[in-house]
Amino acid sequence: METRFAPPPKKERAMAASGATLESPKPVDPAAPNAPAAVGKLRRGQQDPTWVRTTLILLAVAFMGILVVLPVVNVFVQAFANGPEAYWRYLTQDPETRHAVMLTLFIAPAAVAMNTVFGVAAAWAIARFEFRGRTLLITLIDLPFSVSPVVAGLAFVLWFGMQGFLGPQLREWDIKILFSWPAILLATSFVTFPFVARELIPLLEEIGPDEELAAVTLGAKPWQIFWYVTLPNIKWGLLYGIILCNARAMGEFGAVYVVSGRIAGQTDTMPLRIDKLFQEYNSPASFAVASVLTLLALVTLAVKTYLERKVIESAETKKEAV
Amino acid sequence: MAVASRRVLPGFSLSLGITLAYLSLLVLLPLSAAFIKAAGLSGQQIVDTVWSDRARAAYWLTFGASFIAALANAAIGFLLAWVLVRYPFPGRKFLDSLIDLPFALPTAVAGLVYSSLYAKNGWLGQFLEPIGIQGAFSRLGIVLVLIFTGLPFVVRTLQPVLENLDAEFEEAAGSLGASRWQTFRYVLLPCLTPPLLTGFALAFARALGEYGSVIFIAGNMPYRTEIAPVLIVGRLEEFAYAEATALAVVLLLFSFVLLGVINLLQRWSQSYGN
Amino acid sequence: MSVVVENVVKRFGSFTALDGVSVTVPTGSLCALLGPSGSGKTTLLRILAGLEHPDSGSVSTHGNDLTKTNARDRDMGFVFQHYALFRHMTVFDNVGFPLKIRGWSKAKINDRVQELLHLVRLDGLERRLPANLSGGQRQRVALARALAAEPKVLLLDEPFGALDAKVRQELRTWLRRFHKEIAVTTILVTHDQEEAFEVADEVVVMRQGRIEQSGSPQQIFDHPASAFVMDFLGHVNVFHGRLDHGSPRLHGATHGSTAAAERPVSVAGEGTTPLYVRPHELDIERHSSDGSLAARILHINPAGPLVRVQLIDERTAKPIMVELSRERFAELVLLPEETVFVQPRQVRYFTADYSI
Repeated sequence: METRFAPPPKKERAMAASGATLESPKPVDPAAPNAPAAVGKLRRGQQDPTWVRTTLILLAVAFMGILVVLPVVNVFVQAFANGPEAYWRYLTQDPETRHAVMLTLFIAPAAVAMNTVFGVAAAWAIARFEFRGRTLLITLIDLPFSVSPVVAGLAFVLWFGMQGFLGPQLREWDIKILFSWPAILLATSFVTFPFVARELIPLLEEIGPDEELAAVTLGAKPWQIFWYVTLPNIKWGLLYGIILCNARAMGEFGAVYVVSGRIAGQTDTMPLRIDKLFQEYNSPASFAVASVLTLLALVTLAVKTYLERKVIESAETKKEAV
Repeated sequence: MAVASRRVLPGFSLSLGITLAYLSLLVLLPLSAAFIKAAGLSGQQIVDTVWSDRARAAYWLTFGASFIAALANAAIGFLLAWVLVRYPFPGRKFLDSLIDLPFALPTAVAGLVYSSLYAKNGWLGQFLEPIGIQGAFSRLGIVLVLIFTGLPFVVRTLQPVLENLDAEFEEAAGSLGASRWQTFRYVLLPCLTPPLLTGFALAFARALGEYGSVIFIAGNMPYRTEIAPVLIVGRLEEFAYAEATALAVVLLLFSFVLLGVINLLQRWSQSYGN
Repeated sequence: MSVVVENVVKRFGSFTALDGVSVTVPTGSLCALLGPSGSGKTTLLRILAGLEHPDSGSVSTHGNDLTKTNARDRDMGFVFQHYALFRHMTVFDNVGFPLKIRGWSKAKINDRVQELLHLVRLDGLERRLPANLSGGQRQRVALARALAAEPKVLLLDEPFGALDAKVRQELRTWLRRFHKEIAVTTILVTHDQEEAFEVADEVVVMRQGRIEQSGSPQQIFDHPASAFVMDFLGHVNVFHGRLDHGSPRLHGATHGSTAAAERPVSVAGEGTTPLYVRPHELDIERHSSDGSLAARILHINPAGPLVRVQLIDERTAKPIMVELSRERFAELVLLPEETVFVQPRQVRYFTADYSI
């Protein structure tokens, strides 16, 4: 079953502007109001005086420099304050730091996996079916975004803590959730819960159900519809959601802080390790761990920028094909 | 957007089932614990906790700092969105990608690095110190780091609206005799107000709950630089679950109100959309 | 206020939108810029309004050079194709906008807006938002707004393009009357020749950034200056023919090529040339006569004021379209698949096509 589309041609926009459209059946008047406006290709009536432009650009760059660029540079400068060897030592020789790295590398993918399954299911139900309470469901999915991570952590403590609703019972059965990895996983999943679903719902809605309906009429089984029709259409959006989800999962602090108990070498994740080292006045080591997470954030941004282009391109291919 | 009939496409029960089960177990049930616990408290207990001097100071600081930071985000975000959409300049795309860094950077890292930047001998703190301004371990520090964590919200809600604004509105205003400033004031600004407010509300909501970045830079002095989430954690560490819960419920209720406001704002934005 | 455009050139990258255009629109007239998309008509209108800068050439009204003047100081009302009504403002605020920014008092704005809304027959809709108006109403709000500051010239970009057929017809008639009432020099852009002819008293036909012909609707229809104009104004049959002592003779249909052409020649000389005949200028006969072509009837469409007959030239196998009056059709009693003879009453040819 062939469901892919041809790779998108180099954007049509360039053609419209160069006048190559004269031979095409529907010539576009370059001055026509619906001619696409690329950044910087503003109409005369939209242009601001040069001094305004220059001032605003300089201001914008200055703000970004002070608020964003300087901090990133500072992380690496401080991390390497004692030289690369010390940096390497901070990261590899400290068993507690090593454990924190391993724990984060376990928790984040697990949380992402759980949220991905949920996100795909939620997006399918919401974008493909009409049912009562649909709007409410969308709002509820957003809920973790507006709940303080500390409050989220507290909620789990109230269930699983010694004074919690289930605490005594769990203790009797000798099941350890709070101050252990299951609680960390739950708290992390809670905080990163909406990312994949939020990314997929609008995407699926925009694509529309026509192709899947066609697949049904052609006799495809449910998993075949998903695998051959839906997934190829949403793969970039899905990946995008996963990347964002992962970045947040690795960096989550507040909720994990509350439920982990912060036991060195046992329940400290990387962000908690940063805090611990900072409290111990071991600033270079703290920054060394921070630099790893910063690098991860930068990689996330690069991948995200790339994926955004992919999502837009595949949406455009889609429109051209229809 | 057309929604397929539930009879034709498969997987409705399964997908909705997974969604509801996961949502209930991971989010709704845990959160309900806060309300169940709070319901078990006497009115007097709640008032004593929520309305104590220390709690009031913490709320006041949390709301105040978040509000100021969100205001700053609105101004800076508007500037950034405008420049990124309207003006071509070298490095524009790079700057555009960097906007999301506060989303991607763990809050602990942000707190750590801001506290070091604005410390007395830090890269930026050294310039503030002589003029008598304390950057780190002060209320200003809290506002600064909250500006960082909320930076992308206004930019990202404003950008698509600005991009999709039809050039004809500005041309029409111009041909009707409006100056550039009048066009901005009477034609563009009203169109951009709903997304601007939405972005503001999102940044505000995020700042209210922020914890990881603030604890590094705040100093966490009771009555002075202690935000509400820090107070909650403090109570939890003393195993005073009841008090922690009462405080959390206040924060939670405020989040719900804000969520409702944001929903309304987004609907308002969309009504301008077409 | 007469509008004079002199030698205007405008390029977008490598695409030449306007290639040395000169037009004069007399004071008080209603002029239509007519042409297919890409012909540069909208660009010309936008240059008139000051929304684009010409690369060279000048624009002036009544002897005042406006080429360097800003859009907002030009005193021209511009109605956008999609109206560009400010969505967040009521009808009243939209129409009052140009007055407000000119610092008019509230009372004066109120009077003027009421007067304008009455003029465009929208009394009582002041408090509505654009989203709650019909297409025709929005169009008239845009018109009232453009007229509010009493512009010297009114510019309309495809004014009826976004409306459905019935409303379009009503508005055309209305615009004609309205133009008489306000007596403002008006220039409109359209790609619909019927619209141009019905509304305007001056028509400028454009093609590929140049002016192909200008004149009154009747002049243009009766004396098209080129094959392009002829073709653009409606269906035209193209025949292969020759000039024989100055009189054209048909040799058979060719397929609608409208090569570049300049102006009709006076009837003289000899040689081969494409000959252009409109469907209503052809007659069908039962018997062969001098200069007629044998053709087979493919299809007859009798639904309409004229009966349209599609034929195929027996010799060249190219299609021919003929429009007959109902009387003539009844007289002939035609049936599909019959072979008949097609005789032109009037034939046009253009010098550029003409070769000895």
